[in-house]
Amino acid sequence: MKAIVNISLKAGVLDSQGKAVHHALDSLKFEGVEDVRVGKQIIMKLTSTDEAAAKKEVTEMCEALLANTVIEDYEIELVK
Amino acid sequence: MKVSVVQFPGTNCEYDTEYAFKRLGAEVEIVWHKETSFAEGTDLVVVAGGFSYGDYLRSGAIARFSPVMQAVLAHAEKGGNVLGICNGFQVLTEAGLLPGALKRNEGLHFLSKHHHLKVATNSNVFLEKLAVNDVVNIPIAHHDGNYFIAEDERQALYDNDQVLLHYCDENGNATNPNGSVDAIAGVCNKAKNVFGLMPHPERAMESILGSDDGVKMLEGFFA
Repeated sequence: MKAIVNISLKAGVLDSQGKAVHHALDSLKFEGVEDVRVGKQIIMKLTSTDEAAAKKEVTEMCEALLANTVIEDYEIELVK
Repeated sequence: MKVSVVQFPGTNCEYDTEYAFKRLGAEVEIVWHKETSFAEGTDLVVVAGGFSYGDYLRSGAIARFSPVMQAVLAHAEKGGNVLGICNGFQVLTEAGLLPGALKRNEGLHFLSKHHHLKVATNSNVFLEKLAVNDVVNIPIAHHDGNYFIAEDERQALYDNDQVLLHYCDENGNATNPNGSVDAIAGVCNKAKNVFGLMPHPERAMESILGSDDGVKMLEGFFA
């Protein structure tokens, strides 16, 4: 099973990189962009075949290491 | 006075820190991250600046799981003083020893220059040799120095006198080089024995090199 973890700054925490990318898109005349958030994606190959157990384990990984929950949110996607 | 300076792979300020504390008369030992204890009688543990583990994932995120961090936690728990400078500050926030987190600088640039700081409180061992509102000139050198803490927790920091320093100009007027909330440059824990700041007092030890304002800060740890 594959786990895809998307990590981004929490809503309300200013995303300077997103802002800079937004400015750059503006200057390239892409005018339809309302907001930009830059995050990171961590892709893991898991040995587990049990979805619930995998979800639980990856959640623990996020809380312990992968995300800093003071400033970041994470979303977990499992792909068989 | 016995100081232990923690060294991770990628730490690069351990020798400056060693020099600074030796100059003030301390006995200094550099402690590799695989160690699990500090020398008997260690008074102060310094988590020095640098780029532990290449700042991979997040600054300080990997270092906090190094074996030596158990010793840092134990030292802090029994009331020993801990000082995190720059990357050390990031490591201590990641480890949960200090509140808040350090984000990428608002301007996205790496900043390396002298900066003035205003003392917000001196009711702690680190800043007791300075007066409130004193302005000191200390170098900064960081990419992720943008201090963040949620609004409700920020109030608690002020209520407990945990905000140590604010960035300012040479006249003490507020400026903000990196986007930190309230231009906060350093904080301590509630018990006031764990300190963290982005600026480098260990690089401000000689007036001939631009400033010796770091002396008064580090001297606070000497009885």
